[in-house]
Amino acid sequence: MTGCAAVQTDALRMGAGALLPPRAELQAVPFFPQTDYHCGPAALATALVAEGVPTTPQVLADAVYLPARQGSLQTEMLSATRRVGAVATRLPTRLEPLLHELAAGHPVVVFQNLGLNWVPAWHYAVLVGYDLPAGEVVLRSGQQRREVMPMRTFERTWVRAGSWAFGVRLPGQWPAQAEEAAVLEASIGFERAADPPETVVVYRSAVARWPGNLSLQMGLANSLHAAGSLNEAAEAYKAAALLHANAAAWINLAGTLWELGDAPGAAEALARAAALDGDGQWREDIAALRARMVP
Amino acid sequence: MSGKKLFAPRAVLRTTRPSRAVSMVVAASVGVAGWMPLCAQAVPISTERLAASQGVTSEAAARARLLSTLARDDVAAALAERGVSLEQARARVAALTDAEAAHVAEQIDQAPAGAGDFLTTAVFVFVLLLVTDILGFTKIFPFTRPVR
Repeated sequence: MTGCAAVQTDALRMGAGALLPPRAELQAVPFFPQTDYHCGPAALATALVAEGVPTTPQVLADAVYLPARQGSLQTEMLSATRRVGAVATRLPTRLEPLLHELAAGHPVVVFQNLGLNWVPAWHYAVLVGYDLPAGEVVLRSGQQRREVMPMRTFERTWVRAGSWAFGVRLPGQWPAQAEEAAVLEASIGFERAADPPETVVVYRSAVARWPGNLSLQMGLANSLHAAGSLNEAAEAYKAAALLHANAAAWINLAGTLWELGDAPGAAEALARAAALDGDGQWREDIAALRARMVP
Repeated sequence: MSGKKLFAPRAVLRTTRPSRAVSMVVAASVGVAGWMPLCAQAVPISTERLAASQGVTSEAAARARLLSTLARDDVAAALAERGVSLEQARARVAALTDAEAAHVAEQIDQAPAGAGDFLTTAVFVFVLLLVTDILGFTKIFPFTRPVR
């Protein structure tokens, strides 16, 4: 079923893409011709430089290229992006959001299977343009600076590789059509790889978009804490704790208040945590913190 | 300040943690960037643990599994033979989210690696499975023996 039809292309050209400009092409996106099997580093460098992060495929090769596998794993493409200070966000597994990214001026890293399901030939490329009336897309791909491919062909090769694509942004910006779960995943990955002040920027922008997401709120508070902004962190923990009646948020608030020298406030927050931790999920954390707070 | 000192070191112990080596590498790099090494983890409940408790990921232990796999001498040797240093491998694991680490742990012998030229399936699958077979993850080729 997948891999045979190009239903998304057909639907978009039949009018489902009415919200899209008929065509877009990002001519300024640089080109790094790949060497041997280095399509991963080349594609990643293309997207990073286009978003204002100076790098080269050679620099990235160490991070994403597995010599034995002669290629790059998808997860490493994401984590390498984070390690150079940019945010990698998985895009929805549909063609239209990719085209919206291009219309908004941002290239998209795509994973393709240029072979067949049973004879795979995996490849990373960068989508830089599309033309709905002509039914074409434009890629920076392999040795070709401007590869024009029928959109139907592109759709098949992309779907055949799992409809996998990601956008690159500087901290504080997100692809317009990124989904909440993808933004959370990207934020947590960034927190793991980047410095706390940058992570604060990432979480703050994510919370602005999804103010009711507990994990994002906790990420913001944790990164504020890690950056040394304890007062702000305490406020963020408190906001999350009150909004969600969440024991973990009360625990981290207690720890932070304790650090700030507010022993009564810390004790009260810890009591609130204990009251909410009915199933004992955070019992050890509460006990450890309580033990430390004994004068 | 004394409260902070009491709170922070213990908090490091409380978080789900990577191996000591990774912790030291991370601490060193964080230190170079001008951050107190302990600050980065000085809350008891990390975002990843919290997210896991919300059902966002359920495999918080995957990274620990990956790192303990890497800690084996035979695995390190096999990786070195294939051109991947232990430091590189650990840094990669450290930069993965828990969900991604779980994915890698699960898919490490299946995940497709992108390559620009058309690889024949035979070569690709052979290299892929042979490497994982050497590492002891799979048992596909009867003529390869796990290193151990």
